[in-house]
Amino acid sequence: MTKPLQRPKRKDPTKRTRLPLLPQGARSRQAQLLTRTAAEGRFELPTCNACGAVHYPPRDACPKCLSDTIVMSPASPLGTLLAETTVRVSPDVFFRERMPWRIGTVLMEAGVSVVAHLHCDVAAGQPVRLAWHLDRSGQAVAFAWPEQETPNMADDIQARELTLDPKFRRVLVTDARSAVGQACIRAFAEAGSAIIFAGLAEPWKPCSDLDVLRKMSGLEIMTLDVTNGDTITELAAEIGARVDIVVNTAEHVRPGGILDRPGITVAREELETGYLGLVRLAQAFAPVMRFRGADGTHAACAWVNVLSIFAQANWPAYGAFSAAQAAQLSASHALRAELRPGGVRVVNVFTGPLDTNWFQTVPPPKVTPTQVAKAIVDALKRGLEDVYVGDVAEDLRARLADNPKAVERDLANER
Amino acid sequence: MVAIKTTPRMTYDGVVVAMPITVPYQRYSIKAAHWWIGRALQAVVKTAKIRLADIDGLAVSSFTLAPDSTIGLTQHFGLSPRWLDHIPLGGASGIVALRRAARAVQSGDCSIAVCVAGDTNHVDSFRRTLSSFSRFAQDAVYPYGAGGPNASFALIMSHYMAKTGATREDFGKLAVAQRTNALTVPHALFKKPLTLESYLSARAISDPIHLFDCVMPCAGAEAFVVTRADIAKDLGVPYARILSTIERHNAFADDPIQWRGGWAVDRDELYGMAGVSVGDVDFVQTYDDYPVISMMQLEDLGLCEKGAAPTFVRANTFTTDGSCPHNTCGGQLSVGQAGCAGGYIGLVETIRQLTGQTSGATVPDAKIGLVSGFGMITYDRGLASGAALLGRA
Repeated sequence: MTKPLQRPKRKDPTKRTRLPLLPQGARSRQAQLLTRTAAEGRFELPTCNACGAVHYPPRDACPKCLSDTIVMSPASPLGTLLAETTVRVSPDVFFRERMPWRIGTVLMEAGVSVVAHLHCDVAAGQPVRLAWHLDRSGQAVAFAWPEQETPNMADDIQARELTLDPKFRRVLVTDARSAVGQACIRAFAEAGSAIIFAGLAEPWKPCSDLDVLRKMSGLEIMTLDVTNGDTITELAAEIGARVDIVVNTAEHVRPGGILDRPGITVAREELETGYLGLVRLAQAFAPVMRFRGADGTHAACAWVNVLSIFAQANWPAYGAFSAAQAAQLSASHALRAELRPGGVRVVNVFTGPLDTNWFQTVPPPKVTPTQVAKAIVDALKRGLEDVYVGDVAEDLRARLADNPKAVERDLANER
Repeated sequence: MVAIKTTPRMTYDGVVVAMPITVPYQRYSIKAAHWWIGRALQAVVKTAKIRLADIDGLAVSSFTLAPDSTIGLTQHFGLSPRWLDHIPLGGASGIVALRRAARAVQSGDCSIAVCVAGDTNHVDSFRRTLSSFSRFAQDAVYPYGAGGPNASFALIMSHYMAKTGATREDFGKLAVAQRTNALTVPHALFKKPLTLESYLSARAISDPIHLFDCVMPCAGAEAFVVTRADIAKDLGVPYARILSTIERHNAFADDPIQWRGGWAVDRDELYGMAGVSVGDVDFVQTYDDYPVISMMQLEDLGLCEKGAAPTFVRANTFTTDGSCPHNTCGGQLSVGQAGCAGGYIGLVETIRQLTGQTSGATVPDAKIGLVSGFGMITYDRGLASGAALLGRA
């Protein structure tokens, strides 16, 4: 039985903060095939495109026919735990302070044996459901979950080294004025977050949608304008050491490409809020989070960026906005590398056009703010890194994987 | 498809193995692997009273020689061999080196092949070796608790126990018997007797593996010489005959978890080539990185039926003076595991037993010794296996 997670006690200020360590992150190039499926939360196994044989660990040629056409293919995540052990001694500094640690050999329905981390509710001889997760080093590892949901399943200690569950954690949502920001406040409250700090730029301006949320317990509305460095620095000084998850929902969307918007005023605003907003926020909050990556059971764990899918491929109808989003996406990859030593994960949530005023003329399917918020919480619970929300984002992901040049041509004609 | 006709292995007529060398082990060493290998080579030269130039074949096994391999050692030690091999096959190193050297001598590629295994053990060597032992270990094992071979063999052992009904007392019996054997061996690192009680009450390392199931990593070197019988006679060194050998890698790849090894594929040829049956064997040296692996070898080498090792263990003493003498110098469990030298220790001890050169107790009237090698757990199982039957000259 999983011991239910307890609301963390107040931190003893006289105690030294445990410094973050990482499990070994070195992997072969071929093993990085698993990283992508883990980042996106899919279950796939290395498969030979020539003969169909499934193998594990990842190889550079099929062990049945020696073909080098190895791809990741969807496979049954079910298997049986053949044997288990509780590791009590390790020379590795990361695991040494997490002992004892349970691992086991899982025989997959696909016929391969996988050494996996074990959930506390699975035992030898039992069926398990295997999933790829990213560990704190950012690399994919196998985790054997109970085949059926068990009570408090997500609270398992070993699982929590891989997931980013917002339960009892303290979250900063950067823009409470936006519909997505407000949906996030609701979603994190529902997910059991301990405190939700919500940033509000120019708080004297009315915000009637927010008024209904103001009385919510655990919500603290703070002055924050991502285009204003002073407000960020002040807020970080006040709450920086208490933020476990940052959800950056700030955005500035205007239609138009390069030629049909005279001057660069709007383009600069998009960069100020998007790209430079991320840089400012990161400089103020990320160093503390990186330091607090192993700070107890509710350590700092995630930085979430809400991005447009058009960060990955420019949509000329929103051409300047897409470019600013691309800058933010690129910066997020730098931040991801810089937060890695703390084991803090950067989660990028890619959405299709939102069902908000600034996409008024865009035909459906569109993504509701609630959908985005739910996807963020789900991604954190599962420990994902790249998340695609809505049909447009999913469609574009598939098309980009298939032929990026075709996407460029197609988007040029889409209005 | 052409049906490939395999032919049986040739015998080793006239090829012998001699000069068992052990450079006494140390728990930690500030010396390099090169130093340990150098000590072993000097012992060979001094024992045989030969010149360096007489060594015309060299095979080396080591995990801690990087960035060097055997070729670098020729210049390092002033050797100019005409046959050279690098065999970093862990626990199978000794058997594989013997096989290759024997064929080289037999075919005239060299006359005096020195086979050496040597490794150092710095304070942090073990962790560094584990984290980069193999690509599969790096990709698919070490990130899972970093328990090293203890964790991997714990999975094999717990599965074996569930399948065969083996108990911790059974494994303990082997460990205790080996310690009893080791007490007469001066260079064994473990000097104190082991009781079954202390075996059973030792702390858990990676369940069901407990402290005395594990070998102690250390620094050391082992060596032997493969040559022709007439050369050995001229040199005046006692030697043993090579009756037969086998080698097999990645056997039973489709077993979901390891419970047998390559010996089971080739053992009929092992006994057939030697013209003996398992009942003729006077003592056995298994590769004892963990007692469960020794039990697997006892089964696969035909000393008992598959899965019957627990019963077999309960029926024998395994001490040098008892029934089924096993790991007569104490094995790695009591002498220590000096890296690849752990793959030599059983072979070197077998030569000692058959040539009257033991430093500890001798198996009375032993004429045939069975020695087995096993190693290289790169993912979830040991890939390399081999065995040899040696006979008194």
